[in-house]
Amino acid sequence: MRLSDTQRLVVNRAQPILDVTRLLRELNIDGVLLGGLLLICAAGLVVLYSAVGESERMLISQVVRLSIGFLVMLVVAQMSPDFLRRWTPWAYIGGILLLVLVLVTGDVGKGAQRWLDLGIRFQPSEIMKLAVPMMAAWYLHDRAMPPKPGAILVLGVIIAAPVVLIAKQPDLGTSLLIAASGIIVVVLAGLSFRLIAALFALSLPGALVFWQYFMHDYQKQRVITLLDPEGDPLGAGYNIIQSKIAIGSGGLFGKGWTNGSQAQLEFLPERNTDFIFAVLGEEFGLLGVLVLLALYMFVIGRGLFIAVQAHDTYSRLLAGSISLTFFVYVFVNSAMVTGLVPVVGIPLPLVSFGGTSMVTLMAGFGILMSIHSKRKLLPR
Amino acid sequence: MALLDSIKDHHGERRLFVARIVLAIIIATVMLGAVVSRLYQLQIVNQEQYSARAEGNRIRTEPVAPIRGLVLDREGRVLAENLPAYQLELIPEQVEDIDDTLQRLAGLGLIDADDIDEIKAASRQRQRFLPVTLNPRLSDEDIARFAVNRARFPGIEFQPRLVRHYPNGDAVAHVLGYVSAMTRDDLATLDAARYAGTRQTGRIGIEARYEDFLHGSAGLRNTVTNARGRQIGSETRTETGTLPEDRPPEPGDNLVMTLDLDLQLLAAELMRDRRGSIVAMDPNTGDILAMVSAPTFDPNLFAQGMTQAQFDAVTTDPDRPLFNRAVLGTYPPGSTIKPMLALAALETGATNLTRKSMCRGWFSLPDDDHRYRDWKPEGHGLIDLHGAVEQSCDVYFYEIANDLGIDRMHDYLDRFGLGKRTGIDLNGERTGVNPSTEWKRNAFRDRDQKRWYLGETIIASIGQGYMTATPLQLTVAVAAMATRGTTVQPRLVQFAVDPISGEQQLFDPVTLADVGIDNEFYWDDIIASMAGVLHEITGTAYAAGLGAKYKMAGKSGTSQVISIAQDEEYNEEEIEERLRDHALFIAFAPLENPTIAVTVIVENGSSGSTTAAPIARQIMDRYLGYDDAP
Repeated sequence: MRLSDTQRLVVNRAQPILDVTRLLRELNIDGVLLGGLLLICAAGLVVLYSAVGESERMLISQVVRLSIGFLVMLVVAQMSPDFLRRWTPWAYIGGILLLVLVLVTGDVGKGAQRWLDLGIRFQPSEIMKLAVPMMAAWYLHDRAMPPKPGAILVLGVIIAAPVVLIAKQPDLGTSLLIAASGIIVVVLAGLSFRLIAALFALSLPGALVFWQYFMHDYQKQRVITLLDPEGDPLGAGYNIIQSKIAIGSGGLFGKGWTNGSQAQLEFLPERNTDFIFAVLGEEFGLLGVLVLLALYMFVIGRGLFIAVQAHDTYSRLLAGSISLTFFVYVFVNSAMVTGLVPVVGIPLPLVSFGGTSMVTLMAGFGILMSIHSKRKLLPR
Repeated sequence: MALLDSIKDHHGERRLFVARIVLAIIIATVMLGAVVSRLYQLQIVNQEQYSARAEGNRIRTEPVAPIRGLVLDREGRVLAENLPAYQLELIPEQVEDIDDTLQRLAGLGLIDADDIDEIKAASRQRQRFLPVTLNPRLSDEDIARFAVNRARFPGIEFQPRLVRHYPNGDAVAHVLGYVSAMTRDDLATLDAARYAGTRQTGRIGIEARYEDFLHGSAGLRNTVTNARGRQIGSETRTETGTLPEDRPPEPGDNLVMTLDLDLQLLAAELMRDRRGSIVAMDPNTGDILAMVSAPTFDPNLFAQGMTQAQFDAVTTDPDRPLFNRAVLGTYPPGSTIKPMLALAALETGATNLTRKSMCRGWFSLPDDDHRYRDWKPEGHGLIDLHGAVEQSCDVYFYEIANDLGIDRMHDYLDRFGLGKRTGIDLNGERTGVNPSTEWKRNAFRDRDQKRWYLGETIIASIGQGYMTATPLQLTVAVAAMATRGTTVQPRLVQFAVDPISGEQQLFDPVTLADVGIDNEFYWDDIIASMAGVLHEITGTAYAAGLGAKYKMAGKSGTSQVISIAQDEEYNEEEIEERLRDHALFIAFAPLENPTIAVTVIVENGSSGSTTAAPIARQIMDRYLGYDDAP
């Protein structure tokens, strides 16, 4: 039966004006993941408002930054995994070239060469946060799993090259994160446990060499400070001591929003960036912290679910790496603020103020969305 | 089999992947568990302890900067000290209208109007009860002007602080160095705990080299503050327990230098309005008695902070006043190396004590019509080695050089310390160039340039061409002449003293390898010819030696800044002052048992014997106590 134009109009009228499910599907957006991200951002803005001393200007600039992040996510979500895979080597090679360029000509900010001025200033290491796991997944895509020793060697070079270049800048935190994102790909691909154990055994003398030749004095100081923060209460230990006081004094329920004395009286350094977790702990207590951690775990769980559902090796490994790297972010930041690991400058994702890393993070979630939307469109 | 391997097992791979994801979830859960249990420990188990530290009275720990060590001369006279100075501060919460207050202060000339925006930004950034520095250094007039108007400025106060002061100003500038504001690089490299509360660190000279000794270590002071964070006194008890113990700062060590302030001041005075350097050293110990580089600068400007105009004036001056010519300036040594080459020629048999040469005023290599000219156009006539040193005959040395060859010349000059660092306790010392065939091979890229030419050997014999040396290197070399072959490492600091315990750390004199010329007749003859430079009527610097009540030895040098073309008449007036020859003089005294070795270099001073030698004479007169000064 054919419908007349009028009838068709009537049929369309009968549908809801805004079909959210359909809209999300057409935009390649995973509603569950989006919901989780929005909840984290909302909670983050509440904490941030208190942490920036109730400055509306800073709150708005964070909202703007988040919006840009979501826009980037939306754009990336429109690129199919196959498209991303084809462009992966170029992104990787381009990123490496830019890193070399930074070492040769880069602007110096805060004593480290990280920035490149190409009209807009940006850090090429940000590209590598995605390009390294993408490249590792690209390399493994057509190969049989688990990877053979030769392939593992090539992967080692793929991961080590940018990591060394970024460590030279020097930006130890980022280089370790990128190393982690690449290693996660290799482990997810089925690296044998015997090899993992062997690498662990090798890492001990490796760490000694690293300490001796690659680490800067201020980085060594941070490790020493972790072991004995009270030894340097005004220098490097100050941050950890003040952040432990903030979190500990928060107790189970916290002191209430904008009522944290540690945060509001500025005893807590970097309270709106790397140490914002301590503001949450002080003002919202253990319960508040657990809620945020639960939101993070929800998003990570959804990401891993998308990874398991993915139809090809590339998508699978990439989705797994992006999700687990996000976990590494959350873990390192919360562990550093509570004094479990040394202070490496890693912000709490989606919550800390500013952060050039926000866009990269959201681009990563865009990739997850793209992988999610293509899960059934290709033959298994 | 190989084919089978390359075929992907999709289901197997998916199973492997899921297994790995499960494993990752397990590991992540364990890690998360660690964080949560840590949170439980902090927020539940130890909550009371942390609350006590956060709530109610609180302890604010402040750094107390250490007092920087003094620097003294060899007699204990002060070269660098710390004087109280007053700075103007604003306490934002006590000022009603910051804008108006700042405008009025600028009107009184107490702050710079250009700084107002910066001060306003600073007063907003920090807690409102913490003072903001308005003017780091108030003059006595400023203090008086402010005191009169004090009632009009609630919330503005002046606070004392210690400022590094160099009582001798520009006379001891380069060797002492200065302190200035710490840079971002300093913050990254210096130990944050030791430098807490410190704003300045040593630059160049002794202040930089001995930073580790001079700085000391910051202390801690704990004060009780109320819930708004304001200091409420320094009682030792709080509601929740006793204050942690204060840690007094450890003051820096005092340094006792080898400098003789009298001699240093004289040397600085002699070089005023000139460019160049004077270095005086005890040849037996290597103690630097005076070290001057001219033009100079006022180190107090750096320590107290200066205006942009003052800073620009110092840093963009074409004469480079910040540059320590004594260890960084590399000059062609000119004829001052002739005594060393004479010894080399004797030791190797290139000449002997009695051989005479005919000097016609020029020298030519066989098969070459290029004339290497003597400084004396008509020549010195028949002359022996003694006379060649005394009268600085170039032709005699051209001949010696031709026999010695550049590599043996290099070897002997190397033993006198040319072309290598002296090891003085200053940073960045230059090596100069003591050329050899090997040096040239390494220094140049081009094949033609890598070759050593005989003509280059000839001009090297009168300290021209590639050869360069710092004033300090020449002093070390002439000291080795004075001690007949013993070379020493020059030093500026004798010992460091802990001001509290009185414990001393000595920096003992260091004797280096001997020059290795054992024939005393050779030394006798060459030292006698150097004495002749000042005491024989034929000597080049006879005028400078006139009337001395003691015997001394020396050698003049005049080194070309530009080379004069063949047959061109040398007319001093026509050459711009900057292109005039550098004047050099090296000397030691007394002739028997020398106690002082001196190098004087006056840039564009025209003639070593007439410009530099009289300066060296005055230095030696003063040190040996033969001058007429009170």
